[in-house]
Amino acid sequence: MVFARSERPRLPTAIKILIAGGFGAGKTTMVGAVSETRPLRTEEILTDRGVGIDDLTSVEAKRTTTVAMDFGRITLGNDYVLYLFGTPGQERFWFVWDELAEGSLGAVILADTRRLADCFPSVDYFERRGTPFVVAVNCFEGAPTFELDEVRLALQLDPSIPIIMCDARKRDSSREVLITLVKHSARLRAEPVGS
Amino acid sequence: MTGTDGPTDEQWVDPEIVRPYVVTRGRTQPAHGKFDLISMALAIGPPPGPDAGLDPEHLRILQLCREPKSVAEIAAHLDLPAGTIRVLLGDLFDRELVSAQEPQSEVDMHDMKMYRAVLDGLRSL
Repeated sequence: MVFARSERPRLPTAIKILIAGGFGAGKTTMVGAVSETRPLRTEEILTDRGVGIDDLTSVEAKRTTTVAMDFGRITLGNDYVLYLFGTPGQERFWFVWDELAEGSLGAVILADTRRLADCFPSVDYFERRGTPFVVAVNCFEGAPTFELDEVRLALQLDPSIPIIMCDARKRDSSREVLITLVKHSARLRAEPVGS
Repeated sequence: MTGTDGPTDEQWVDPEIVRPYVVTRGRTQPAHGKFDLISMALAIGPPPGPDAGLDPEHLRILQLCREPKSVAEIAAHLDLPAGTIRVLLGDLFDRELVSAQEPQSEVDMHDMKMYRAVLDGLRSL
Protein backbone atom coordinates (compact mmCIF):
# COMPACT_ATOMS: atom_id res chain seq x y z
CA MET A 1 0.00 0.00 0.00
CA VAL A 2 1.32 3.35 -0.96
CA PHE A 3 0.10 5.06 2.17
CA ALA A 4 1.48 2.53 4.62
CA ARG A 5 4.02 4.34 6.70
CA SER A 6 4.72 3.15 10.18
CA GLU A 7 5.09 6.59 11.73
CA ARG A 8 1.88 8.00 10.36
CA PRO A 9 -0.56 9.45 12.88
CA ARG A 10 -3.92 7.86 13.30
CA LEU A 11 -6.44 9.03 10.75
CA PRO A 12 -10.13 8.20 10.60
CA THR A 13 -11.35 5.89 7.86
CA ALA A 14 -13.89 7.42 5.51
CA ILE A 15 -17.12 5.69 4.55
CA LYS A 16 -19.59 6.92 1.99
CA ILE A 17 -23.30 6.63 1.46
CA LEU A 18 -24.89 7.77 -1.78
CA ILE A 19 -28.10 9.77 -1.90
CA ALA A 20 -29.75 9.13 -5.25
CA GLY A 21 -33.06 9.99 -6.86
CA GLY A 22 -34.50 12.17 -9.55
CA PHE A 23 -33.93 15.89 -9.98
CA GLY A 24 -35.63 17.81 -7.19
CA ALA A 25 -36.29 14.72 -5.08
CA GLY A 26 -34.51 16.33 -2.13
CA LYS A 27 -31.01 14.84 -2.33
CA THR A 28 -29.10 17.94 -1.31
CA THR A 29 -31.78 18.77 1.24
CA MET A 30 -31.22 15.43 2.94
CA VAL A 31 -27.44 15.80 2.81
CA GLY A 32 -27.78 19.20 4.50
CA ALA A 33 -30.28 17.99 7.09
CA VAL A 34 -27.96 15.42 8.67
CA SER A 35 -24.49 16.78 7.92
CA GLU A 36 -22.43 18.74 10.39
CA THR A 37 -21.95 21.62 7.96
CA ARG A 38 -23.92 23.01 5.06
CA PRO A 39 -23.58 20.85 1.94
CA LEU A 40 -20.27 21.31 0.13
CA ARG A 41 -19.76 21.01 -3.59
CA THR A 42 -16.90 19.28 -5.37
CA GLU A 43 -16.20 19.00 -9.05
CA GLU A 44 -14.60 16.32 -11.14
CA ILE A 45 -13.30 17.38 -14.54
CA LEU A 46 -14.23 14.93 -17.24
CA THR A 47 -12.65 14.62 -20.61
CA ASP A 48 -13.28 12.35 -23.61
CA ARG A 49 -12.88 9.36 -21.34
CA GLY A 50 -16.49 9.47 -20.30
CA VAL A 51 -18.00 11.55 -23.04
CA GLY A 52 -17.27 8.75 -25.52
CA ILE A 53 -20.32 6.85 -24.38
CA ASP A 54 -22.46 9.79 -25.44
CA ASP A 55 -22.10 9.02 -29.14
CA LEU A 56 -20.30 12.28 -29.62
CA THR A 57 -18.17 10.80 -32.35
CA SER A 58 -16.93 13.90 -34.10
CA VAL A 59 -13.63 15.23 -32.89
CA GLU A 60 -14.86 18.77 -32.32
CA ALA A 61 -17.57 17.43 -30.07
CA LYS A 62 -14.98 16.03 -27.67
CA ARG A 63 -15.02 18.63 -24.98
CA THR A 64 -14.33 18.76 -21.34
CA THR A 65 -17.03 19.17 -18.79
CA THR A 66 -17.33 19.09 -15.06
CA VAL A 67 -19.68 17.10 -12.91
CA ALA A 68 -20.60 18.71 -9.63
CA MET A 69 -21.52 16.69 -6.57
CA ASP A 70 -23.00 17.96 -3.36
CA PHE A 71 -21.83 16.21 -0.24
CA GLY A 72 -21.79 16.44 3.52
CA ARG A 73 -19.81 15.02 6.40
CA ILE A 74 -20.74 13.33 9.65
CA THR A 75 -17.86 12.62 12.04
CA LEU A 76 -18.48 9.33 13.87
CA GLY A 77 -16.15 9.25 16.87
CA ASN A 78 -12.41 9.00 16.28
CA ASP A 79 -12.35 6.08 13.90
CA TYR A 80 -14.79 6.87 11.12
CA VAL A 81 -16.06 9.76 9.05
CA LEU A 82 -19.21 9.29 7.02
CA TYR A 83 -19.64 11.20 3.76
CA LEU A 84 -23.01 11.57 2.08
CA PHE A 85 -22.83 12.16 -1.66
CA GLY A 86 -25.73 13.37 -3.73
CA THR A 87 -25.40 11.56 -7.06
CA PRO A 88 -25.21 13.64 -10.23
CA GLY A 89 -28.68 13.70 -11.73
CA GLN A 90 -27.91 13.19 -15.39
CA GLU A 91 -27.87 9.62 -16.54
CA ARG A 92 -25.00 10.26 -18.90
CA PHE A 93 -22.85 10.52 -15.81
CA TRP A 94 -23.27 6.86 -14.91
CA PHE A 95 -19.53 6.36 -14.93
CA VAL A 96 -19.27 8.92 -12.14
CA TRP A 97 -21.80 6.84 -10.25
CA ASP A 98 -19.50 3.85 -10.68
CA GLU A 99 -16.69 5.72 -8.96
CA LEU A 100 -19.01 6.85 -6.21
CA ALA A 101 -20.64 3.46 -5.72
CA GLU A 102 -17.30 1.65 -5.51
CA GLY A 103 -16.66 0.95 -1.84
CA SER A 104 -19.85 2.62 -0.66
CA LEU A 105 -21.79 1.36 2.34
CA GLY A 106 -24.99 1.70 0.36
CA ALA A 107 -27.45 4.09 -1.18
CA VAL A 108 -30.62 5.92 -0.28
CA ILE A 109 -32.96 6.39 -3.23
CA LEU A 110 -35.23 9.35 -2.62
CA ALA A 111 -38.61 8.98 -4.28
CA ASP A 112 -40.99 11.81 -5.05
CA THR A 113 -44.50 10.41 -5.48
CA ARG A 114 -45.29 13.12 -8.03
CA ARG A 115 -42.53 11.78 -10.27
CA LEU A 116 -42.03 8.23 -9.16
CA ALA A 117 -40.63 7.13 -12.51
CA ASP A 118 -37.64 9.44 -11.91
CA CYS A 119 -36.14 6.95 -9.50
CA PHE A 120 -36.44 3.90 -11.79
CA PRO A 121 -32.90 4.39 -13.19
CA SER A 122 -31.45 4.54 -9.67
CA VAL A 123 -33.28 1.38 -8.60
CA ASP A 124 -32.07 -0.42 -11.72
CA TYR A 125 -28.54 0.81 -11.26
CA PHE A 126 -28.09 -0.27 -7.64
CA GLU A 127 -29.89 -3.58 -8.21
CA ARG A 128 -27.58 -4.40 -11.08
CA ARG A 129 -24.49 -3.32 -9.21
CA GLY A 130 -25.47 -5.20 -6.06
CA THR A 131 -25.17 -2.09 -3.88
CA PRO A 132 -27.40 -2.29 -0.80
CA PHE A 133 -30.10 0.38 -0.97
CA VAL A 134 -33.29 1.56 0.68
CA VAL A 135 -36.06 3.66 -0.82
CA ALA A 136 -37.15 6.73 1.13
CA VAL A 137 -40.38 8.35 -0.01
CA ASN A 138 -39.90 12.07 0.55
CA CYS A 139 -43.22 13.48 1.71
CA PHE A 140 -43.69 16.72 -0.16
CA GLU A 141 -46.60 18.92 0.82
CA GLY A 142 -49.39 18.63 -1.71
CA ALA A 143 -47.97 15.46 -3.22
CA PRO A 144 -50.35 12.54 -3.63
CA THR A 145 -50.08 10.15 -0.72
CA PHE A 146 -49.60 6.48 -1.42
CA GLU A 147 -49.30 3.49 0.81
CA LEU A 148 -45.73 2.25 0.94
CA ASP A 149 -46.92 -1.04 -0.53
CA GLU A 150 -48.22 0.82 -3.57
CA VAL A 151 -44.88 2.52 -4.07
CA ARG A 152 -43.11 -0.82 -3.62
CA LEU A 153 -45.34 -2.33 -6.28
CA ALA A 154 -44.84 0.58 -8.67
CA LEU A 155 -41.06 0.31 -8.31
CA GLN A 156 -41.17 -3.50 -8.45
CA LEU A 157 -39.02 -3.62 -5.36
CA ASP A 158 -37.95 -6.92 -3.90
CA PRO A 159 -39.75 -7.53 -0.56
CA SER A 160 -36.38 -7.57 1.20
CA ILE A 161 -35.63 -3.96 0.31
CA PRO A 162 -36.70 -1.50 3.02
CA ILE A 163 -38.99 1.33 2.01
CA ILE A 164 -39.85 4.15 4.40
CA MET A 165 -41.50 7.55 4.48
CA CYS A 166 -39.32 10.53 5.30
CA ASP A 167 -39.11 14.28 5.42
CA ALA A 168 -35.71 15.08 3.90
CA ARG A 169 -35.77 18.53 5.52
CA LYS A 170 -35.78 17.05 9.00
CA ARG A 171 -32.64 15.85 10.71
CA ASP A 172 -34.31 13.10 12.75
CA SER A 173 -36.22 11.76 9.79
CA SER A 174 -33.17 11.74 7.52
CA ARG A 175 -31.13 10.12 10.28
CA GLU A 176 -33.71 7.32 10.55
CA VAL A 177 -33.36 6.72 6.81
CA LEU A 178 -29.60 6.37 7.17
CA ILE A 179 -29.98 4.02 10.16
CA THR A 180 -32.39 1.88 8.11
CA LEU A 181 -29.83 1.70 5.31
CA VAL A 182 -26.91 0.84 7.59
CA LYS A 183 -28.91 -1.98 9.22
CA HIS A 184 -29.99 -3.27 5.81
CA SER A 185 -26.43 -3.19 4.50
CA ALA A 186 -25.18 -4.95 7.64
CA ARG A 187 -27.84 -7.65 7.20
CA LEU A 188 -26.71 -8.27 3.64
CA ARG A 189 -23.00 -8.06 4.18
CA ALA A 190 -22.33 -8.82 7.83
CA GLU A 191 -24.17 -10.49 10.69
CA PRO A 192 -27.43 -8.96 12.05
CA VAL A 193 -27.13 -5.83 14.15
CA GLY A 194 -29.33 -5.02 17.18
CA SER A 195 -32.84 -3.74 16.63
CA MET B 1 -12.43 29.57 -10.18
CA THR B 2 -13.22 32.23 -7.66
CA GLY B 3 -16.11 34.46 -8.55
CA THR B 4 -17.97 32.00 -10.73
CA ASP B 5 -21.53 32.93 -11.54
CA GLY B 6 -23.26 30.45 -9.33
CA PRO B 7 -22.60 26.76 -9.80
CA THR B 8 -24.78 24.65 -12.03
CA ASP B 9 -24.94 20.89 -12.19
CA GLU B 10 -23.23 20.82 -15.52
CA GLN B 11 -21.07 23.41 -17.18
CA TRP B 12 -18.96 23.55 -20.29
CA VAL B 13 -15.81 25.12 -18.95
CA ASP B 14 -13.22 25.14 -21.72
CA PRO B 15 -11.91 28.61 -20.85
CA GLU B 16 -11.89 27.92 -17.15
CA ILE B 17 -10.31 24.53 -17.42
CA VAL B 18 -6.88 26.05 -17.78
CA ARG B 19 -6.35 27.20 -14.23
CA PRO B 20 -6.61 23.87 -12.43
CA TYR B 21 -3.79 22.56 -14.57
CA VAL B 22 -1.70 25.69 -14.23
CA VAL B 23 -1.81 25.10 -10.50
CA THR B 24 -0.49 21.58 -11.04
CA ARG B 25 2.00 22.69 -13.72
CA GLY B 26 0.19 20.64 -16.30
CA ARG B 27 0.08 17.43 -14.34
CA THR B 28 -3.20 15.56 -14.26
CA GLN B 29 -2.15 12.62 -12.08
CA PRO B 30 -0.43 12.60 -8.69
CA ALA B 31 3.20 11.46 -8.70
CA HIS B 32 2.45 8.73 -6.21
CA GLY B 33 -0.59 7.27 -4.58
CA LYS B 34 -4.16 7.00 -5.64
CA PHE B 35 -6.30 9.50 -3.83
CA ASP B 36 -9.95 8.58 -3.70
CA LEU B 37 -12.54 11.32 -3.38
CA ILE B 38 -12.80 10.38 0.30
CA SER B 39 -9.19 9.53 1.06
CA MET B 40 -8.40 11.39 4.28
CA ALA B 41 -5.38 13.67 4.60
CA LEU B 42 -3.73 15.15 7.68
CA ALA B 43 -0.84 17.63 7.83
CA ILE B 44 2.15 16.20 9.67
CA GLY B 45 5.55 17.49 10.71
CA PRO B 46 6.70 21.06 11.18
CA PRO B 47 5.27 23.73 8.85
CA PRO B 48 7.48 24.05 5.75
CA GLY B 49 9.65 27.15 5.40
CA PRO B 50 9.51 29.62 2.50
CA ASP B 51 12.34 27.79 0.73
CA ALA B 52 10.34 24.56 0.51
CA GLY B 53 9.24 25.43 -3.02
CA LEU B 54 5.57 25.07 -2.27
CA ASP B 55 2.79 26.95 -4.01
CA PRO B 56 0.10 28.90 -2.15
CA GLU B 57 -2.37 26.09 -2.88
CA HIS B 58 -0.07 23.57 -1.17
CA LEU B 59 0.10 25.81 1.88
CA ARG B 60 -3.66 26.22 1.96
CA ILE B 61 -4.08 22.46 1.90
CA LEU B 62 -1.64 22.08 4.80
CA GLN B 63 -3.54 24.70 6.76
CA LEU B 64 -6.87 23.03 6.04
CA CYS B 65 -5.54 19.60 6.95
CA ARG B 66 -4.62 20.43 10.51
CA GLU B 67 -7.74 18.37 11.08
CA PRO B 68 -8.35 15.28 8.93
CA LYS B 69 -10.02 16.26 5.65
CA SER B 70 -11.08 14.30 2.60
CA VAL B 71 -10.01 15.09 -0.95
CA ALA B 72 -13.58 16.18 -1.66
CA GLU B 73 -13.59 18.62 1.26
CA ILE B 74 -10.24 20.12 0.33
CA ALA B 75 -11.47 20.55 -3.25
CA ALA B 76 -14.65 22.24 -2.07
CA HIS B 77 -12.80 24.63 0.26
CA LEU B 78 -10.14 25.56 -2.30
CA ASP B 79 -12.72 25.75 -5.10
CA LEU B 80 -10.57 23.55 -7.32
CA PRO B 81 -11.49 20.28 -9.05
CA ALA B 82 -10.80 17.10 -7.12
CA GLY B 83 -8.27 15.99 -9.74
CA THR B 84 -6.15 19.06 -9.06
CA ILE B 85 -6.23 18.41 -5.33
CA ARG B 86 -5.06 14.82 -5.91
CA VAL B 87 -1.96 16.09 -7.69
CA LEU B 88 -1.17 18.66 -5.01
CA LEU B 89 -1.72 16.12 -2.24
CA GLY B 90 0.67 13.77 -4.04
CA ASP B 91 3.36 16.49 -3.84
CA LEU B 92 2.76 16.97 -0.13
CA PHE B 93 2.72 13.24 0.49
CA ASP B 94 6.06 12.87 -1.30
CA ARG B 95 7.56 15.52 0.97
CA GLU B 96 6.10 13.76 3.98
CA LEU B 97 4.06 16.81 4.86
CA VAL B 98 0.78 14.95 4.87
CA SER B 99 -0.33 11.55 5.99
CA ALA B 100 -3.15 9.87 4.12
CA GLN B 101 -5.68 7.19 4.85
CA GLU B 102 -7.51 5.28 2.17
CA PRO B 103 -11.26 4.85 2.62
CA GLN B 104 -13.04 1.75 3.82
CA SER B 105 -12.72 -0.65 0.92
CA GLU B 106 -15.44 -2.70 -0.69
CA VAL B 107 -13.93 -5.89 0.73
CA ASP B 108 -14.05 -4.47 4.25
CA MET B 109 -17.79 -3.93 4.00
CA HIS B 110 -18.45 -7.08 6.01
CA ASP B 111 -16.65 -5.58 9.01
CA MET B 112 -19.15 -5.74 11.86
CA LYS B 113 -17.17 -3.26 13.92
CA MET B 114 -17.63 -0.64 11.21
CA TYR B 115 -21.42 -1.11 11.08
CA ARG B 116 -21.70 -0.85 14.85
CA ALA B 117 -19.60 2.32 14.91
CA VAL B 118 -21.69 3.93 12.18
CA LEU B 119 -24.99 2.96 13.87
CA ASP B 120 -23.80 4.22 17.26
CA GLY B 121 -22.61 7.44 15.70
CA LEU B 122 -25.86 8.05 13.84
CA ARG B 123 -27.98 7.32 16.91
CA SER B 124 -26.06 9.84 18.96
CA LEU B 125 -26.48 12.63 16.43
